[in-house]
Amino acid sequence: MAESKKIATRESFGMALCELAKDHKDIVVLDADLAAATKTEIFKKAYPERFFDCGIAEGNMIGVAAGLAAAGMVPFAASFAMFATGRAYEQVRNSVGYPHLNVKIAGSHAGISVGEDGATHQCCEDLALMRTIPGMVVLNPADHYEMIEAVKAAYAYNGPVYIRLGRLAIESFNDPDNYSFEIGKGITLEEGDDVTVIATGLVVYEALKAVRSLKEKGVNARLINMHTIKPIDKDIIIKAAKETGKIITVEEHNIIGGLGEAVAAVTSENCPVPVYRIGVEDVFGHSGPAVGLLAEFGLDAAGIEKKISELL
Amino acid sequence: MDKSELLELKKTACNVRLWTIEGVFNAKSGHPGGSLSAADMMTYLYFKEMNVDPKNPKDPKRDRFVLSKGHCCPALYAALALKGFFPTDEIKSLRHIGAMLQGHPDMKHTPGIDMSSGSLGQGISAACGMALAAKLNGESYRVYAMLGDGECEEGQVWEAAMFASHMKLDNLTVMVDFNGLQIDGTVADVAGLDKLDEKFTSFGFEVIKIDGHDFEQIEAALAKAKTVKNKPTAIIAATVKGKGVSYMENKVGWHGKAPNADEYQTAMDELRAQLKAMEA
Repeated sequence: MAESKKIATRESFGMALCELAKDHKDIVVLDADLAAATKTEIFKKAYPERFFDCGIAEGNMIGVAAGLAAAGMVPFAASFAMFATGRAYEQVRNSVGYPHLNVKIAGSHAGISVGEDGATHQCCEDLALMRTIPGMVVLNPADHYEMIEAVKAAYAYNGPVYIRLGRLAIESFNDPDNYSFEIGKGITLEEGDDVTVIATGLVVYEALKAVRSLKEKGVNARLINMHTIKPIDKDIIIKAAKETGKIITVEEHNIIGGLGEAVAAVTSENCPVPVYRIGVEDVFGHSGPAVGLLAEFGLDAAGIEKKISELL
Repeated sequence: MDKSELLELKKTACNVRLWTIEGVFNAKSGHPGGSLSAADMMTYLYFKEMNVDPKNPKDPKRDRFVLSKGHCCPALYAALALKGFFPTDEIKSLRHIGAMLQGHPDMKHTPGIDMSSGSLGQGISAACGMALAAKLNGESYRVYAMLGDGECEEGQVWEAAMFASHMKLDNLTVMVDFNGLQIDGTVADVAGLDKLDEKFTSFGFEVIKIDGHDFEQIEAALAKAKTVKNKPTAIIAATVKGKGVSYMENKVGWHGKAPNADEYQTAMDELRAQLKAMEA
């Protein structure tokens, strides 16, 4: 494993855009007055002529991105997940999704780990909303290295992509020298046959710590990092269902509509096994420090380990 | 323009109206009222104004048209077909299962459609994006967005208007088909959208008010828009909803309804008579 380095995936996103823009003149970046928060400001500083602040008008920003894409550019439009996918849902559906335009939408400050800003800004519905749009690719990278590769993959893919970004600085657990990202391919982080834990995004590292702790206690759990929510990796899920007979999903998202239900749909149609969903249990979040909230909602390593133990 | 050119445009617009009625009648649904009010401006755009080539509909250097009031696509389909983007026969299967021509414009499947639209307020934003792309790439093409007056009740229109003037998109021309009617009644009664010209002016647009059925005024306004620098232009065109079909003119009820067989015949007879008079 690589040396620990705490960095928020929103920051990795901004860095990745700059890297990509060096060789790709068709990249433009849009923001809605949140460049300092979504970290598109990193791009703005490096490429001011290709950065456009659309002001606090997310619906228009998505439409402008659609027009840019229709004219051959590759726009990345960023805002908080709540506004990029919530307020502008219909613009994403009709102006980007329906014509399958090459727009990349980045939603930062996703999940309860937004922290102090509280429920109005803690978007736990973005994965569900974006999953429902035909042809939309939905990515939820788990750490710095994965985000860098996910942004590259999103650019290389010709079509609409949603990328979820986190606010909280987290450990980078992937090994950059031994890592490859492919849209729609889950990554097995730990082998095991007793149960399969499938996690996504910011809580993958928490799940990893939980699974390793359980291993020391004799529970041989498999852990899969599902960085792509759509198209979901059916093969890795079916294989896990067949080999371990039980699946537990972990996501910083409402348990309605997110990873858990995507996994359950695959198992129920192909290899029915019990699927338990760990996540935000259909409630709104509230204010507080991010780390404290993750613990309160049972989404830190200790909470995940406790829940897995109960479900076994 | 000279008289013969003017006459040709009028005849073409009449044919656009004929095919609009043909499409809506065969579809047994659709939006004739706003299609007919916009028919003259669409005719001018496709037969005089815009640099487009039916044989190369995706030419990166072409002018773009976004029908933000996407429900009025029957007139757009008619103009595109008459221009040669696809056979007029396609119009007869408008809105049918498996048809190329959808109830609202679909850029993926219809040659000549530059943007999928239909959800009001969204087309103008896409037009802004296209105009911005032209600026970024040093291209000289122009972008035209047509909006309904009722559509201007959508907040996104004003988000886009702010953006267009802030970005100095002088290659963008917004045309508002001001026919004064929307589904629930007159625009004045439903939302009180008065002083639209002042609204666009205060949002930083050059504003030109015209009669949207007068080709010479349409020509002059579009010509002036090309000379305006550092800001977008809004052409507010006073029109008659249902224009050209006597019983549809200025009637709220003909916003989104297809004529029955008798009404269809009346409409076609009236329009053919207009065409015949022009040809005489």
